[in-house]
Amino acid sequence: MTFILETLLRLAAWLLAAPLLPGIINKVKAWIAGRRGPPVLQLYYDLARLWGKGVVMSTLASPGFIVGPAVAWVALVGAALIMPLGGAGGALSFRGDVLLLVYLLALARFCTAWAALETGSAFEGMGAAREVSYAVLSEVALITAVLSLSVQTGNVTLTDMLALSVGSGAVLLAAGLFAVLLAENCRVPFDDPNTHLELTMIHEAMILDHSGPPLAVILHGASLKLLLFAVLLSQVVLPLGRLSPLAAAGALVGTVLGVTVAIGLVESLTARFAFRRVPLLLTAAFLLCLFALLLARKGGVG
Amino acid sequence: MNSTLNLLIGMAMGLNLLALGGSRVPQVIRAVAVQGIVLGVLPLLLEHDFGWLVALVAVITVMVKGFLIPGLLNRAMRAAKIEREIDPFIGFVPSLLLGAGGTIAAVAGARMLPLLPEHAGTLLVPGALASIFTGFILLIGRAKAISQVCGYLILENGIYLFGLLLIRSTPLLVESGILLDLTVGVFVIGIIVDRIQRAFDSLDTRKLTVLRE
Repeated sequence: MTFILETLLRLAAWLLAAPLLPGIINKVKAWIAGRRGPPVLQLYYDLARLWGKGVVMSTLASPGFIVGPAVAWVALVGAALIMPLGGAGGALSFRGDVLLLVYLLALARFCTAWAALETGSAFEGMGAAREVSYAVLSEVALITAVLSLSVQTGNVTLTDMLALSVGSGAVLLAAGLFAVLLAENCRVPFDDPNTHLELTMIHEAMILDHSGPPLAVILHGASLKLLLFAVLLSQVVLPLGRLSPLAAAGALVGTVLGVTVAIGLVESLTARFAFRRVPLLLTAAFLLCLFALLLARKGGVG
Repeated sequence: MNSTLNLLIGMAMGLNLLALGGSRVPQVIRAVAVQGIVLGVLPLLLEHDFGWLVALVAVITVMVKGFLIPGLLNRAMRAAKIEREIDPFIGFVPSLLLGAGGTIAAVAGARMLPLLPEHAGTLLVPGALASIFTGFILLIGRAKAISQVCGYLILENGIYLFGLLLIRSTPLLVESGILLDLTVGVFVIGIIVDRIQRAFDSLDTRKLTVLRE
Protein backbone atom coordinates (compact mmCIF):
# COMPACT_ATOMS: atom_id res chain seq x y z
CA MET A 1 0.00 0.00 0.00
CA THR A 2 2.75 2.45 0.93
CA PHE A 3 4.53 1.55 -2.28
CA ILE A 4 1.51 2.53 -4.37
CA LEU A 5 1.06 5.72 -2.38
CA GLU A 6 4.72 6.62 -2.77
CA THR A 7 4.64 5.98 -6.50
CA LEU A 8 1.53 8.11 -6.89
CA LEU A 9 3.13 10.94 -4.91
CA ARG A 10 6.27 10.72 -7.01
CA LEU A 11 4.21 10.72 -10.22
CA ALA A 12 2.28 13.78 -9.07
CA ALA A 13 5.53 15.58 -8.23
CA TRP A 14 7.01 14.88 -11.69
CA LEU A 15 3.84 15.80 -13.57
CA LEU A 16 3.17 18.98 -11.62
CA ALA A 17 6.75 20.25 -11.44
CA ALA A 18 7.63 19.72 -15.11
CA PRO A 19 5.76 22.68 -16.70
CA LEU A 20 7.47 25.02 -14.26
CA LEU A 21 10.84 24.75 -16.02
CA PRO A 22 9.92 26.37 -19.37
CA GLY A 23 8.24 29.14 -17.36
CA ILE A 24 11.44 29.79 -15.42
CA ILE A 25 13.51 29.75 -18.61
CA ASN A 26 11.18 32.29 -20.22
CA LYS A 27 11.29 34.46 -17.11
CA VAL A 28 15.11 34.45 -17.14
CA LYS A 29 15.13 35.34 -20.84
CA ALA A 30 12.65 38.16 -20.28
CA TRP A 31 14.67 39.43 -17.34
CA ILE A 32 17.90 39.50 -19.38
CA ALA A 33 16.13 41.30 -22.22
CA GLY A 34 14.60 43.81 -19.79
CA ARG A 35 11.00 42.72 -20.40
CA ARG A 36 8.40 41.64 -17.88
CA GLY A 37 7.74 38.36 -19.71
CA PRO A 38 4.92 35.85 -19.37
CA PRO A 39 4.05 34.55 -15.89
CA VAL A 40 6.07 31.58 -14.63
CA LEU A 41 2.90 29.45 -14.66
CA GLN A 42 2.08 30.28 -18.30
CA LEU A 43 2.52 26.68 -19.50
CA TYR A 44 -0.06 25.46 -16.95
CA TYR A 45 -2.63 27.92 -18.35
CA ASP A 46 -1.74 26.88 -21.90
CA LEU A 47 -2.13 23.19 -21.09
CA ALA A 48 -5.51 23.79 -19.40
CA ARG A 49 -6.70 25.85 -22.37
CA LEU A 50 -5.53 23.27 -24.93
CA TRP A 51 -7.10 20.44 -22.97
CA GLY A 52 -10.53 22.07 -23.34
CA LYS A 53 -10.26 22.51 -27.11
CA GLY A 54 -11.34 20.23 -29.91
CA VAL A 55 -9.04 18.30 -32.26
CA VAL A 56 -8.65 19.09 -35.95
CA MET A 57 -7.51 16.01 -37.85
CA SER A 58 -6.13 15.71 -41.32
CA THR A 59 -8.15 13.42 -43.59
CA LEU A 60 -4.90 11.55 -44.31
CA ALA A 61 -4.12 10.82 -40.69
CA SER A 62 -4.51 7.35 -39.24
CA PRO A 63 -5.14 6.76 -35.51
CA GLY A 64 -1.35 6.99 -35.13
CA PHE A 65 -1.79 10.75 -35.14
CA ILE A 66 -3.41 10.51 -31.69
CA VAL A 67 -1.66 7.34 -30.49
CA GLY A 68 1.86 8.69 -31.17
CA PRO A 69 1.80 11.59 -28.69
CA ALA A 70 0.03 9.42 -26.11
CA VAL A 71 2.64 6.65 -26.32
CA ALA A 72 5.45 9.22 -26.25
CA TRP A 73 3.99 10.80 -23.11
CA VAL A 74 3.60 7.44 -21.37
CA ALA A 75 7.19 6.52 -22.30
CA LEU A 76 8.48 9.78 -20.82
CA VAL A 77 6.46 9.28 -17.63
CA GLY A 78 7.92 5.78 -17.38
CA ALA A 79 11.43 7.20 -17.80
CA ALA A 80 10.66 9.72 -15.06
CA LEU A 81 9.59 6.94 -12.70
CA ILE A 82 12.86 5.07 -13.25
CA MET A 83 14.96 8.16 -12.61
CA PRO A 84 16.14 8.19 -8.98
CA LEU A 85 15.56 11.33 -6.94
CA GLY A 86 18.50 11.89 -4.63
CA GLY A 87 18.50 9.57 -1.64
CA ALA A 88 14.94 8.41 -2.30
CA GLY A 89 15.93 6.23 -5.26
CA GLY A 90 13.62 5.51 -8.19
CA ALA A 91 10.04 4.30 -7.95
CA LEU A 92 11.21 1.31 -9.88
CA SER A 93 14.79 0.11 -9.68
CA PHE A 94 16.33 -3.03 -11.09
CA ARG A 95 19.59 -4.19 -12.63
CA GLY A 96 20.04 -2.58 -16.05
CA ASP A 97 17.26 -0.02 -15.71
CA VAL A 98 19.55 2.55 -17.33
CA LEU A 99 19.12 0.73 -20.66
CA LEU A 100 15.36 0.98 -20.28
CA LEU A 101 15.73 4.72 -19.69
CA VAL A 102 17.69 5.19 -22.93
CA TYR A 103 15.20 3.10 -24.88
CA LEU A 104 12.16 4.87 -23.41
CA LEU A 105 13.60 8.20 -24.51
CA ALA A 106 14.18 6.77 -27.99
CA LEU A 107 10.63 5.38 -28.09
CA ALA A 108 9.21 8.77 -27.16
CA ARG A 109 11.15 10.41 -29.97
CA PHE A 110 10.10 7.74 -32.46
CA CYS A 111 6.42 8.22 -31.59
CA THR A 112 6.59 12.01 -31.89
CA ALA A 113 8.24 11.70 -35.29
CA TRP A 114 5.71 9.06 -36.35
CA ALA A 115 2.77 11.27 -35.38
CA ALA A 116 4.39 14.12 -37.30
CA LEU A 117 4.67 12.01 -40.45
CA GLU A 118 1.02 10.97 -40.13
CA THR A 119 -0.16 14.43 -41.15
CA GLY A 120 1.34 14.05 -44.62
CA SER A 121 2.60 17.64 -44.59
CA ALA A 122 6.01 18.50 -46.01
CA PHE A 123 6.96 20.70 -43.06
CA GLU A 124 6.29 17.94 -40.57
CA GLY A 125 8.37 15.51 -42.58
CA MET A 126 11.23 18.01 -42.67
CA GLY A 127 10.99 18.61 -38.93
CA ALA A 128 10.96 14.89 -38.20
CA ALA A 129 13.98 14.30 -40.44
CA ARG A 130 15.93 17.05 -38.69
CA GLU A 131 14.94 15.89 -35.21
CA VAL A 132 16.00 12.33 -35.94
CA SER A 133 19.28 13.30 -37.57
CA TYR A 134 20.29 15.38 -34.54
CA ALA A 135 19.18 12.55 -32.29
CA VAL A 136 21.65 10.15 -33.96
CA LEU A 137 24.52 12.31 -32.71
CA SER A 138 23.13 13.30 -29.32
CA GLU A 139 22.19 9.71 -28.46
CA VAL A 140 25.79 8.62 -29.03
CA ALA A 141 26.90 11.24 -26.52
CA LEU A 142 24.20 10.22 -24.04
CA ILE A 143 25.08 6.53 -24.29
CA THR A 144 28.79 7.31 -23.86
CA ALA A 145 27.94 9.33 -20.75
CA VAL A 146 25.89 6.45 -19.35
CA LEU A 147 28.74 4.07 -20.17
CA SER A 148 31.31 6.21 -18.36
CA LEU A 149 29.02 6.39 -15.31
CA SER A 150 28.65 2.64 -15.22
CA VAL A 151 32.39 2.05 -15.74
CA GLN A 152 33.20 4.48 -12.96
CA THR A 153 30.85 2.87 -10.44
CA GLY A 154 30.94 -0.70 -11.74
CA ASN A 155 27.16 -0.77 -11.75
CA VAL A 156 24.26 -0.78 -14.20
CA THR A 157 21.54 0.38 -11.82
CA LEU A 158 20.69 4.07 -12.03
CA THR A 159 20.33 4.53 -8.28
CA ASP A 160 23.87 3.28 -7.63
CA MET A 161 25.38 4.91 -10.70
CA LEU A 162 24.17 8.37 -9.71
CA ALA A 163 24.76 8.09 -5.96
CA LEU A 164 28.34 9.39 -6.11
CA SER A 165 29.84 11.94 -8.46
CA VAL A 166 32.39 10.61 -10.92
CA GLY A 167 35.44 12.50 -9.65
CA SER A 168 37.59 14.42 -12.05
CA GLY A 169 35.53 13.28 -15.04
CA ALA A 170 32.40 14.91 -13.62
CA VAL A 171 33.26 18.28 -15.14
CA LEU A 172 33.72 16.78 -18.62
CA LEU A 173 30.58 14.71 -18.24
CA ALA A 174 28.55 17.68 -17.03
CA ALA A 175 29.64 19.81 -19.98
CA GLY A 176 28.85 17.02 -22.44
CA LEU A 177 25.48 16.25 -20.86
CA PHE A 178 24.53 19.93 -20.82
CA ALA A 179 25.07 20.09 -24.59
CA VAL A 180 23.03 16.89 -24.96
CA LEU A 181 20.29 18.44 -22.81
CA LEU A 182 20.15 21.49 -25.05
CA ALA A 183 20.06 19.35 -28.20
CA GLU A 184 17.51 16.81 -26.96
CA ASN A 185 15.13 19.47 -25.71
CA CYS A 186 15.54 21.68 -28.79
CA ARG A 187 16.91 24.65 -26.89
CA VAL A 188 18.76 27.54 -28.43
CA PRO A 189 22.11 26.70 -29.95
CA PHE A 190 20.39 23.82 -31.76
CA ASP A 191 16.80 24.96 -32.21
CA ASP A 192 14.80 28.04 -31.30
CA PRO A 193 11.62 27.20 -29.39
CA ASN A 194 10.19 30.65 -30.12
CA THR A 195 10.71 30.67 -33.86
CA HIS A 196 7.75 31.45 -36.10
CA LEU A 197 9.38 30.53 -39.39
CA GLU A 198 8.56 26.99 -40.43
CA LEU A 199 11.73 26.59 -42.51
CA THR A 200 13.98 26.98 -39.47
CA MET A 201 11.94 24.91 -37.02
CA ILE A 202 12.90 21.46 -35.82
CA HIS A 203 10.75 20.35 -32.91
CA GLU A 204 8.10 23.01 -33.55
CA ALA A 205 7.75 21.93 -37.19
CA MET A 206 6.82 18.42 -36.08
CA ILE A 207 3.84 19.57 -34.03
CA LEU A 208 2.46 22.25 -36.38
CA ASP A 209 -0.68 20.30 -37.24
CA HIS A 210 -1.42 19.00 -33.77
CA SER A 211 -4.13 20.75 -31.80
CA GLY A 212 -6.13 20.45 -28.61
CA PRO A 213 -5.39 17.63 -26.14
CA PRO A 214 -2.71 15.90 -28.29
CA LEU A 215 -0.77 19.17 -28.49
CA ALA A 216 -1.16 19.59 -24.72
CA VAL A 217 0.22 16.08 -24.22
CA ILE A 218 3.19 16.80 -26.51
CA LEU A 219 3.98 20.09 -24.74
CA HIS A 220 3.73 18.49 -21.34
CA GLY A 221 5.90 15.59 -22.49
CA ALA A 222 8.55 18.05 -23.74
CA SER A 223 8.64 19.82 -20.37
CA LEU A 224 8.84 16.44 -18.62
CA LYS A 225 11.83 15.52 -20.78
CA LEU A 226 13.52 18.80 -19.91
CA LEU A 227 13.05 18.13 -16.20
CA LEU A 228 14.29 14.56 -16.67
CA PHE A 229 17.54 15.72 -18.27
CA ALA A 230 18.02 18.48 -15.71
CA VAL A 231 17.63 15.94 -12.89
CA LEU A 232 20.05 13.53 -14.61
CA LEU A 233 22.65 16.28 -15.09
CA SER A 234 22.33 17.43 -11.45
CA GLN A 235 22.78 13.92 -10.12
CA VAL A 236 25.85 13.31 -12.27
CA VAL A 237 27.55 16.31 -10.71
CA LEU A 238 26.34 16.03 -7.11
CA PRO A 239 27.54 13.29 -4.74
CA LEU A 240 24.01 12.94 -3.34
CA GLY A 241 24.71 9.54 -1.80
CA ARG A 242 26.90 11.15 0.84
CA LEU A 243 24.32 13.69 2.00
CA SER A 244 21.40 13.18 4.34
CA PRO A 245 18.06 12.66 2.49
CA LEU A 246 16.78 16.14 3.28
CA ALA A 247 20.02 17.87 2.27
CA ALA A 248 20.14 15.74 -0.88
CA ALA A 249 16.61 16.78 -1.86
CA GLY A 250 17.46 20.43 -1.24
CA ALA A 251 20.69 20.19 -3.24
CA LEU A 252 18.87 18.42 -6.09
CA VAL A 253 16.12 21.05 -6.32
CA GLY A 254 18.69 23.84 -6.11
CA THR A 255 20.86 22.36 -8.87
CA VAL A 256 17.87 21.71 -11.13
CA LEU A 257 16.89 25.35 -10.73
CA GLY A 258 20.49 26.35 -11.44
CA VAL A 259 20.51 24.26 -14.63
CA THR A 260 17.22 25.86 -15.68
CA VAL A 261 18.58 29.36 -15.15
CA ALA A 262 21.73 28.35 -17.07
CA ILE A 263 19.57 27.25 -20.02
CA GLY A 264 17.81 30.63 -19.88
CA LEU A 265 21.16 32.43 -19.85
CA VAL A 266 22.46 30.37 -22.79
CA GLU A 267 19.29 31.17 -24.72
CA SER A 268 19.63 34.89 -24.05
CA LEU A 269 23.34 35.22 -24.65
CA THR A 270 24.04 32.98 -27.65
CA ALA A 271 22.63 32.95 -31.13
CA ARG A 272 21.35 29.84 -32.75
CA PHE A 273 23.92 27.84 -34.72
CA ALA A 274 23.74 27.29 -38.45
CA PHE A 275 22.56 23.79 -39.30
CA ARG A 276 25.93 22.67 -40.61
CA ARG A 277 27.68 23.67 -37.39
CA VAL A 278 25.38 21.61 -35.16
CA PRO A 279 27.15 18.26 -35.82
CA LEU A 280 30.41 19.88 -34.72
CA LEU A 281 28.96 20.84 -31.34
CA LEU A 282 27.37 17.44 -30.83
CA THR A 283 30.64 15.74 -31.78
CA ALA A 284 32.36 17.91 -29.18
CA ALA A 285 29.77 16.77 -26.61
CA PHE A 286 30.45 13.16 -27.59
CA LEU A 287 34.20 13.68 -27.21
CA LEU A 288 33.73 15.25 -23.76
CA CYS A 289 31.77 12.18 -22.66
CA LEU A 290 34.35 9.90 -24.33
CA PHE A 291 37.23 11.49 -22.44
CA ALA A 292 35.22 11.19 -19.24
CA LEU A 293 34.84 7.50 -20.06
CA LEU A 294 38.61 7.13 -20.60
CA LEU A 295 39.30 8.95 -17.33
CA ALA A 296 36.91 6.59 -15.57
CA ARG A 297 38.70 3.59 -17.09
CA LYS A 298 42.14 4.85 -16.12
CA GLY A 299 40.90 5.35 -12.58
CA GLY A 300 41.13 9.10 -12.50
CA VAL A 301 44.75 10.02 -13.26
CA GLY A 302 44.95 13.79 -13.77
CA MET B 1 52.85 18.42 -8.08
CA ASN B 2 52.37 15.73 -10.66
CA SER B 3 48.60 16.26 -10.65
CA THR B 4 49.02 20.00 -11.34
CA LEU B 5 51.38 19.12 -14.15
CA ASN B 6 48.91 16.61 -15.60
CA LEU B 7 46.06 19.07 -15.26
CA LEU B 8 47.98 21.71 -17.22
CA ILE B 9 48.99 19.24 -19.95
CA GLY B 10 45.40 17.96 -20.06
CA MET B 11 44.29 21.54 -20.61
CA ALA B 12 46.80 21.86 -23.44
CA MET B 13 45.37 18.69 -25.01
CA GLY B 14 41.86 20.11 -24.70
CA LEU B 15 43.07 23.29 -26.41
CA ASN B 16 44.41 21.13 -29.25
CA LEU B 17 40.89 19.88 -29.88
CA LEU B 18 39.49 23.40 -29.55
CA ALA B 19 41.91 24.55 -32.26
CA LEU B 20 40.83 21.65 -34.48
CA GLY B 21 37.13 22.36 -34.03
CA GLY B 22 37.24 26.14 -34.35
CA SER B 23 36.14 27.55 -37.67
CA ARG B 24 36.91 31.15 -36.76
CA VAL B 25 40.56 32.09 -37.16
CA PRO B 26 40.66 34.34 -34.03
CA GLN B 27 39.39 31.42 -31.97
CA VAL B 28 42.21 29.19 -33.23
CA ILE B 29 44.79 31.91 -32.57
CA ARG B 30 43.42 32.35 -29.03
CA ALA B 31 43.63 28.60 -28.42
CA VAL B 32 47.26 28.59 -29.54
CA ALA B 33 48.04 31.60 -27.34
CA VAL B 34 46.49 30.04 -24.23
CA GLN B 35 48.32 26.80 -24.96
CA GLY B 36 51.59 28.71 -25.21
CA ILE B 37 50.95 30.33 -21.81
CA VAL B 38 49.99 27.02 -20.19
CA LEU B 39 53.10 25.30 -21.52
CA GLY B 40 55.31 28.26 -20.66
CA VAL B 41 54.49 27.83 -16.97
CA LEU B 42 55.53 24.16 -16.99
CA PRO B 43 59.33 24.62 -16.46
CA LEU B 44 58.57 26.29 -13.12
CA LEU B 45 56.74 23.14 -12.02
CA LEU B 46 59.34 20.71 -13.34
CA GLU B 47 62.42 22.40 -11.93
CA HIS B 48 62.79 21.64 -8.25
CA ASP B 49 65.29 24.33 -7.36
CA PHE B 50 63.78 27.64 -8.34
CA GLY B 51 66.52 29.48 -10.23
CA TRP B 52 66.14 32.94 -11.70
CA LEU B 53 67.27 31.61 -15.09
CA VAL B 54 64.35 29.17 -15.24
CA ALA B 55 61.96 31.91 -14.18
CA LEU B 56 63.38 34.17 -16.87
CA VAL B 57 62.90 31.54 -19.57
CA ALA B 58 59.33 30.86 -18.37
CA VAL B 59 58.48 34.55 -18.45
CA ILE B 60 60.00 35.00 -21.90
CA THR B 61 58.21 31.91 -23.23
CA VAL B 62 54.87 33.14 -21.89
CA MET B 63 55.43 36.60 -23.33
CA VAL B 64 56.49 35.37 -26.76
CA LYS B 65 54.07 32.47 -27.19
CA GLY B 66 51.16 33.96 -25.33
CA PHE B 67 51.26 37.57 -26.47
CA LEU B 68 53.87 38.48 -29.09
CA ILE B 69 53.19 35.74 -31.68
CA PRO B 70 49.36 35.83 -31.34
CA GLY B 71 49.58 39.61 -31.62
CA LEU B 72 51.55 39.28 -34.88
CA LEU B 73 49.05 36.71 -36.19
CA ASN B 74 46.07 38.88 -35.27
CA ARG B 75 47.71 41.78 -37.08
CA ALA B 76 48.28 39.69 -40.18
CA MET B 77 44.69 38.44 -40.00
CA ARG B 78 43.31 41.95 -39.79
CA ALA B 79 45.51 43.08 -42.66
CA ALA B 80 44.34 40.16 -44.80
CA LYS B 81 40.70 40.64 -43.74
CA ILE B 82 39.90 36.97 -43.20
CA GLU B 83 37.92 35.73 -40.25
CA ARG B 84 36.86 32.24 -41.14
CA GLU B 85 38.23 29.05 -42.57
CA ILE B 86 35.53 28.47 -45.18
CA ASP B 87 36.44 25.34 -47.06
CA PRO B 88 39.14 23.26 -45.36
CA PHE B 89 40.68 20.17 -46.99
CA ILE B 90 39.69 18.07 -43.96
CA GLY B 91 36.32 19.09 -42.53
CA PHE B 92 35.93 20.23 -38.93
CA VAL B 93 34.11 17.16 -37.64
CA PRO B 94 36.55 14.67 -39.26
CA SER B 95 39.57 16.64 -38.05
CA LEU B 96 38.09 16.81 -34.53
CA LEU B 97 37.52 13.05 -34.55
CA LEU B 98 41.02 12.47 -35.96
CA GLY B 99 42.50 14.68 -33.24
CA ALA B 100 40.58 12.86 -30.50
CA GLY B 101 41.67 9.51 -31.93
CA GLY B 102 45.27 10.74 -32.05
CA THR B 103 45.07 11.93 -28.44
CA ILE B 104 43.72 8.61 -27.26
CA ALA B 105 46.34 6.73 -29.29
CA ALA B 106 49.06 8.96 -27.82
CA VAL B 107 47.95 8.23 -24.26
CA ALA B 108 47.71 4.51 -24.99
CA GLY B 109 50.95 4.37 -27.00
CA ALA B 110 53.04 6.31 -24.51
CA ARG B 111 52.52 3.53 -22.00
CA MET B 112 54.42 1.15 -24.28
CA LEU B 113 57.44 3.42 -24.58
CA PRO B 114 60.46 2.77 -22.33
CA LEU B 115 60.26 5.96 -20.23
CA LEU B 116 62.17 6.99 -17.17
CA PRO B 117 60.22 6.13 -14.01
CA GLU B 118 59.81 9.80 -13.07
CA HIS B 119 58.14 10.51 -16.42
CA ALA B 120 55.96 7.41 -16.61
CA GLY B 121 53.18 8.84 -14.43
CA THR B 122 52.96 12.18 -16.21
CA LEU B 123 51.18 13.17 -19.39
CA LEU B 124 54.32 14.82 -20.81
CA VAL B 125 54.96 12.31 -23.59
CA PRO B 126 51.28 11.73 -24.53
CA GLY B 127 50.74 15.49 -24.55
CA ALA B 128 53.76 15.98 -26.80
CA LEU B 129 52.65 13.27 -29.24
CA ALA B 130 49.06 14.54 -29.30
CA SER B 131 50.16 18.13 -29.94
CA ILE B 132 52.48 17.08 -32.74
CA PHE B 133 49.67 15.07 -34.32
CA THR B 134 47.23 17.99 -33.97
CA GLY B 135 49.76 20.31 -35.56
CA PHE B 136 50.11 17.94 -38.51
CA ILE B 137 46.34 17.75 -38.99
CA LEU B 138 46.06 21.54 -38.99
CA LEU B 139 49.00 21.89 -41.38
CA ILE B 140 47.56 19.35 -43.81
CA GLY B 141 43.87 20.03 -43.41
CA ARG B 142 43.51 23.80 -43.56
CA ALA B 143 43.59 25.93 -46.67
CA LYS B 144 44.25 29.37 -45.18
CA ALA B 145 47.87 30.32 -44.54
CA ILE B 146 47.18 31.71 -41.05
CA SER B 147 45.49 28.48 -39.89
CA GLN B 148 48.54 26.60 -41.15
CA VAL B 149 50.79 28.85 -39.11
CA CYS B 150 48.67 27.99 -36.06
CA GLY B 151 49.21 24.32 -36.88
CA TYR B 152 52.94 24.93 -37.03
CA LEU B 153 52.85 26.63 -33.63
CA ILE B 154 50.98 23.71 -32.06
CA LEU B 155 53.51 21.34 -33.62
CA GLU B 156 56.28 23.40 -32.05
CA ASN B 157 54.48 23.28 -28.69
CA GLY B 158 54.53 19.50 -28.93
CA ILE B 159 58.24 19.43 -29.60
CA TYR B 160 58.74 21.86 -26.70
CA LEU B 161 56.86 19.42 -24.44
CA PHE B 162 59.27 16.68 -25.52
CA GLY B 163 62.14 19.03 -24.73
CA LEU B 164 60.84 19.44 -21.18
CA LEU B 165 61.77 15.80 -20.56
CA LEU B 166 65.41 16.86 -20.87
CA ILE B 167 65.04 20.17 -19.09
CA ARG B 168 67.91 19.42 -16.74
CA SER B 169 70.43 18.73 -19.46
CA THR B 170 69.36 21.25 -22.12
CA PRO B 171 71.21 24.52 -21.88
CA LEU B 172 68.72 27.35 -21.53
CA LEU B 173 70.51 29.00 -24.41
CA VAL B 174 68.92 26.40 -26.71
CA GLU B 175 65.46 27.25 -25.42
CA SER B 176 65.93 30.95 -26.01
CA GLY B 177 67.37 30.22 -29.45
CA ILE B 178 64.27 28.22 -30.37
CA LEU B 179 62.03 31.04 -29.17
CA LEU B 180 63.95 33.55 -31.23
CA ASP B 181 63.66 31.32 -34.31
CA LEU B 182 59.95 30.93 -33.76
CA THR B 183 59.36 34.65 -33.45
CA VAL B 184 61.38 35.38 -36.57
CA GLY B 185 59.53 32.60 -38.39
CA VAL B 186 56.13 34.00 -37.52
CA PHE B 187 57.35 37.46 -38.37
CA VAL B 188 58.43 36.33 -41.82
CA ILE B 189 55.19 34.42 -42.33
CA GLY B 190 53.28 37.58 -41.41
CA ILE B 191 55.06 39.39 -44.22
CA ILE B 192 54.48 36.50 -46.62
CA VAL B 193 50.77 36.45 -45.73
CA ASP B 194 50.59 40.11 -46.62
CA ARG B 195 52.34 39.43 -49.96
CA ILE B 196 50.06 36.49 -50.78
CA GLN B 197 47.07 38.64 -49.97
CA ARG B 198 48.25 41.40 -52.30
CA ALA B 199 49.16 39.09 -55.15
CA PHE B 200 46.15 36.77 -55.12
CA ASP B 201 43.49 38.74 -53.22
CA SER B 202 43.01 35.70 -51.01
CA LEU B 203 44.96 33.59 -48.54
CA ASP B 204 43.93 30.28 -49.98
CA THR B 205 47.08 28.22 -50.38
CA ARG B 206 45.44 26.15 -53.11
CA LYS B 207 46.11 29.09 -55.44
CA LEU B 208 49.83 28.72 -54.84
CA THR B 209 50.10 25.34 -56.53
CA VAL B 210 50.15 26.58 -60.12
CA LEU B 211 53.27 28.13 -61.63
CA ARG B 212 52.77 30.87 -64.16
CA GLU B 213 54.99 33.23 -66.06
